[in-house]
Amino acid sequence: MSAAETLDARGLLCPLPVIRTQDRVKGLPPGTIVEVLATDVGTLHDIPAWCRVHGHEVLSMMDQDGVNLGPAGDEAGTAPQGIKAGSEICIRLRVGA
Amino acid sequence: MAKQPKAVALISGGLDSMLAAKVVMDQGVHVEGINFFTGFCVEGHTHAIREKDRAKPKRNNALWVAEQLGIKLHIIDVIEEYKDVLLNPKHGYGANLNPCLDCKIFMVNKALAWSFMEENGFDFIITGEVIGQRPKSQRKETMPVIARESGAQDRLLRPLCAKLLPETHPEREGWVDRGALFDFHGRNRKPQIALAESLGFSDWSQPAGGCCFLTDAQYSAKLTDLWQAQGSRAYELDDIMLLKVGRHIRPNERFKLIVGREEGENRYLEGYRRRFTSLHATSHKGPLALVDGDADDDELALAARILARYGQGRDADSVTIAITQPNAVASEVTVAPLPPSQIPAQWHVGS
Ligand code: SF4
Repeated sequence: MSAAETLDARGLLCPLPVIRTQDRVKGLPPGTIVEVLATDVGTLHDIPAWCRVHGHEVLSMMDQDGVNLGPAGDEAGTAPQGIKAGSEICIRLRVGA
Repeated sequence: MAKQPKAVALISGGLDSMLAAKVVMDQGVHVEGINFFTGFCVEGHTHAIREKDRAKPKRNNALWVAEQLGIKLHIIDVIEEYKDVLLNPKHGYGANLNPCLDCKIFMVNKALAWSFMEENGFDFIITGEVIGQRPKSQRKETMPVIARESGAQDRLLRPLCAKLLPETHPEREGWVDRGALFDFHGRNRKPQIALAESLGFSDWSQPAGGCCFLTDAQYSAKLTDLWQAQGSRAYELDDIMLLKVGRHIRPNERFKLIVGREEGENRYLEGYRRRFTSLHATSHKGPLALVDGDADDDELALAARILARYGQGRDADSVTIAITQPNAVASEVTVAPLPPSQIPAQWHVGS
């Protein structure tokens, strides 16, 4: 399943990656797959939280080596163990209805 | 059936705005949240930078609140427009560089514009303001100023202190029952905490000073220093982000050094090496420093001596420091670390 939309949010600190994701997703038809590239580990928490409140679905979260990073953190929002700062993060989501 | 009224709630991530939204939701109003990113917000990214904070929560509090309430949250980038609010506040500043009253007016106005722009037919705006809570912006006299100057007029409802204020449009229309709103005032937080508990909340965030770095004296001192050094009151996002990071040491008006305090900050500063001349020790372990300004060779040598002071070579006779230009051209100098007695306290900006 290839992503219809890719968003490059690398180098941005939260909440900017969330804002850029929100602005990109706006107006996209339900079911569209969006791939977000980021470097701030905060996105592993904030983008899923944003998806939950808007009814979008996070399909996967991986680092540049394809290592699965999700589901992100715990309730307190800590980054998952083992994620190196500066890693590249790829979050794929499906736009909800 | 009558249409369900809709309101936009300003969500800061703190307790008051969470309660205000909840109280109105519980009256059957459809509520969505809005949150503004000015660049000065105290948010997850500051934790993300600092290594020692990595284990601590770095959730986005506004998103977290939206999730607790089960509402949508729209986060709006206002970095550019906010500059005018900060640089030219009609109502002046609070204790530091916080233009709280103008900021509130701006945010309510933006929420109003957003709710029209969305064509979602929002009927009114909610804030968590409490009379007397903040000395500058949340006073009985400022409440009508915000309502008037934002353009929201009587479509601005403050559920936590509504009983102390004139009736608003949503109350008159019967969308909201005034009798079920509150009369909170002053700095006492007990009523809010009691309300939170009665509504079933057990966790919330309460930033001490306010919602942004502008209420912080040290941060404001660094911002003032930046403006003085560049000879104009202007800023870009990178400038204000860098003020949140590192030790800022200014030996003279021509340049300052930004020295990483730990690994996370060093990594963050790395990202700026193509914009600034940077220094790091090659003979010893130590932090990365950026040179902000125009330093000549003598001043770079001084910068190297200062930096040597903050690495493992601090007690060595000499330390070799690489000086890298933004175009990646590098040179090395070998210097004696500057003794602490030769780093005057006033060189440390904002501390
Ligand atoms: S603390 Fe900062 S964000 Fe909050 S009202 Fe004041 S200036 Fe605005």
